[in-house]
Amino acid sequence: MKSLGSIRRDFAPWNDPNAKPYIQFDNVTKKFGDFTAVNNLSLTIFEREFFALLGASGCGKSTLLRMLAGFEEPTAGRILLDGQDLRGIPPYRRPVNMMFQSYALFPHMTVENNIAFGLKQDGMPKPEIAARVAEMLRLVKLEQFAKRKPHQLSGGQRQRVALARSVAKRPKVLLLDEPLGALDKKLREETQFELMDLQQNLGLTFVVVTHDQEEAMTMADRIAIIDKGEVMQVATPAEVYEAPGSRFVAGFVGNVNMFEGKIARGEAGVASIDAGNGITIRTENAGNAAAGAAVTFAIRPEKIKVSSTKPAGAVNAIEGEVYDIAYLGDMTVYHVRLDDGQVVRASTMNAARITEDPLSWNDRAWVSFRPDAGVVLTR
Amino acid sequence: MSNAAVPAATTSPATDASKSTLVRLGAAFIARLVIIVPYLWLLFFFLIPFIIVFKISLSQTAIAMPPYTPVLDFRDGISGFLSGFGALNFDNYAWLTQDALYFNAYVTSVVIAAISTVLTLLVGYPIAYGMARAPATIRPTLLMLVILPFWTSFLIRVYAWIGILKPEGLLNQLLLSTGIISQPLIILNTYTAIFIGIVYSYLPFMVLPLYSSLEKMDYSLIEAAKDLGCPPITAFWKITFPLSLPGVIAGCLLVFIPAVGEFVIPDLLGGSQTLMIGKTLWNEFFANRDWPVSSAVAVILLLLLIVPIMFFQRAQAHAQEQDR
Amino acid sequence: MNVTWSRFNITSIVLGFAFLYLPIVLLIVFSFNESKLVTVWGGFSTKWYVSLFHNQGLMDATWVTARVGVISATVATVLGTLAALTLTRYTRFRGRVLFSGMVFAPLVMPEVITGLSLLLLFVAVGLDRGFLTVTLAHITLTMCFVAVVVQSRLITFDRSLEEAAMDLGAPPVKTFFQITLPVIMPAIVSGWMLAFTLSLDDLVIASFTSGPGATTLPMKIYSQVRLGVTPEINAACTILIAVVAIGVIIASLANKRREVQRQRDEQAAQRG
Repeated sequence: MKSLGSIRRDFAPWNDPNAKPYIQFDNVTKKFGDFTAVNNLSLTIFEREFFALLGASGCGKSTLLRMLAGFEEPTAGRILLDGQDLRGIPPYRRPVNMMFQSYALFPHMTVENNIAFGLKQDGMPKPEIAARVAEMLRLVKLEQFAKRKPHQLSGGQRQRVALARSVAKRPKVLLLDEPLGALDKKLREETQFELMDLQQNLGLTFVVVTHDQEEAMTMADRIAIIDKGEVMQVATPAEVYEAPGSRFVAGFVGNVNMFEGKIARGEAGVASIDAGNGITIRTENAGNAAAGAAVTFAIRPEKIKVSSTKPAGAVNAIEGEVYDIAYLGDMTVYHVRLDDGQVVRASTMNAARITEDPLSWNDRAWVSFRPDAGVVLTR
Repeated sequence: MSNAAVPAATTSPATDASKSTLVRLGAAFIARLVIIVPYLWLLFFFLIPFIIVFKISLSQTAIAMPPYTPVLDFRDGISGFLSGFGALNFDNYAWLTQDALYFNAYVTSVVIAAISTVLTLLVGYPIAYGMARAPATIRPTLLMLVILPFWTSFLIRVYAWIGILKPEGLLNQLLLSTGIISQPLIILNTYTAIFIGIVYSYLPFMVLPLYSSLEKMDYSLIEAAKDLGCPPITAFWKITFPLSLPGVIAGCLLVFIPAVGEFVIPDLLGGSQTLMIGKTLWNEFFANRDWPVSSAVAVILLLLLIVPIMFFQRAQAHAQEQDR
Repeated sequence: MNVTWSRFNITSIVLGFAFLYLPIVLLIVFSFNESKLVTVWGGFSTKWYVSLFHNQGLMDATWVTARVGVISATVATVLGTLAALTLTRYTRFRGRVLFSGMVFAPLVMPEVITGLSLLLLFVAVGLDRGFLTVTLAHITLTMCFVAVVVQSRLITFDRSLEEAAMDLGAPPVKTFFQITLPVIMPAIVSGWMLAFTLSLDDLVIASFTSGPGATTLPMKIYSQVRLGVTPEINAACTILIAVVAIGVIIASLANKRREVQRQRDEQAAQRG
């Protein structure tokens, strides 16, 4: 089975036309005064999905989360959860819980009282509360910290208390606002996998807001790229990376080289793009773009090969000069300046310790790539 | 964990919606209450009294209890109220302009308050600066030491100076015994004593806002200025002082406004020879029992201070916005 | 930053604190003076303290002051906290400018104006001057100070704590009492203490609004001060200073210990 990004997925309700949507944003608009934070946005999230809202700060992703939690009401449109319209339901009556970016642990309560807080609001009997709290403490491995106050915990421990508190009520949906933002890099990577395990074990629907694309790519089943209050693309991480729907998405996620050009009809599924200055790019991914249409050809750096001689039989090979080299250990990034002045970024995995005939600054070099390596963007 | 996906909320949508409407109304009612209670209190005990003061300042003095005849009485209805305008009595204000005593009292009060404010700033700035540059570990202690006198009675602190400034007081004893002077200095019951009293009593009000603006300042700004070739004194005037201006303004207003209407200090330290409007008002009220005239004095004093007070309020609101 | 704590800075602080504290220290020292002449040292004695406790008028005034202080500080704390909530939470309602004006203006308003205007109000509504009127006047003055203290705490209050509580199922009122109130409690307590000491200290407003039988301690002290400086007043002042100073010092030491403990906990947590 051939697949984008070569990951096989068994869980893919978004491909099933009969799957029942769990969370639905229906033409939702949210305005703060003159500022439109969310603009006529529609989005569908399925049960048990790990869904990420990815965007720069101020793009409206947090507003989406806060509307789902009930802290903000949409100016127009509606939000459905499991078929129920959430309009007018205050946050304390929604079967949705949130893990806050600041964790928002109650400073005057112990860890166990923090976790028990939500259960007490439901009037759960005391023995059951105690049992559930103990279970949650076990889940996040904080059993011996039950009697501590939040300020007596490290950042990672606080994060886990916040997590335990927000899942203690077994909400239909768990909302996570930059859940790993306050952790250092190493802890963040560990915690990403812990979060994924937790989501699998509890079988909950997670909606996470993040500005960190790596985090979103690692954890989420699907990612919604948000910009200026609008959805740019909703897709799996592999699709977002390998088949971005627009120039914005291609540029926002990962590094990319872009060539502006016009389609010139080619032969047998391969289109030619005239990128000016005598550069012609042949690609299999032009789709149904009409001849003469202005398009952008986007290609990821790791899909470009750099060599000192023109590779034999290459469909696409362009000559230039090595302009900059960054050695990063696991890979090396080359900046090659083409003869028309455009700089192409190419990265090569350093699979071998010793490379024969390595490139150096100002060497003449060829960049080459396969006809299926890039994508053609019309938006 | 197998039953984990069981939904937590079991209330049906219909009851949920009606309940939430009720709760929402309740919340709105409570929000209203939070605003209304202090609002009404301040309207009744702070704003309306000023209107009454204004009203009484326009009435006749009478030998009775209360010692004035009311004008603009609502008991006669609207027509009576309107006809009352004809009987409005600006005599009290005319009286204030005729008697040079009042005019002089206003002018001296403003001048004394202004001079004292500058003196307090001169005394307070080095203290605040020294505190802000002190090691972080002892800063809270220094702060507490500045605040502590503020908690002790104003009256007592002013009283303490009488024993020091008297002709046979401690200051003169010290100066005479060391031979610096041969005749005791007459300080008590002069304007000098008032200046000392105001600077002393209001010093914490000046130091605290100054300290908070100086302490917030990033010291690397000074280092950057020095690095760019700016000598320390110039760095102070070009960097530190402009950045501490919000503190300077807040401190000056906190000293100036109440100092204009100060009563205890001129009364205890200034003696009978000095003239300040707060004391004049007190005497009109308690000694002469002339309520309308003292009301008129208060109205003019308020008009005099309304601009600085509004300025103060705006500075406060502005600082609050910045803290957000 | 130690480098910059120069000799100039140290000198200005030492001189500044000497200026602030010397008069009070002298006042306290001379309350133990044997001689009736306040400014001439005649040997150590505590006789003025003894005579103080036999001064019935002074004792009565102290009792009145304490009651006025406790009642007015308590009511003012409630009203001031509500006013602080209004100022920080409801940024848009009709008359907000007037409201914030009425909260901030009493902080700097000359006391003679506040006192006179309140008195005229009480006369206008036919309220007899006495214990009640002084208390009402002190509530009005001190609630504004409480509002400022509580407001500065509320500005730095992390609203996501309240959102978290509501998210976990607590309705707004419950959230306020279970989360907001406990978290801002230290500020409310210091607001109360400030209100209490302001009430304890006030001479001018009390003189205007008080009546027969409700003479407060500052009024009593003032009337005696006018007759001249006596060691007995020094003794009374010393007791008053001692009460306030001990209260404030205990409060700030407790605060400091909490803070130190907290920092230690945090460091331990970072290591662990």
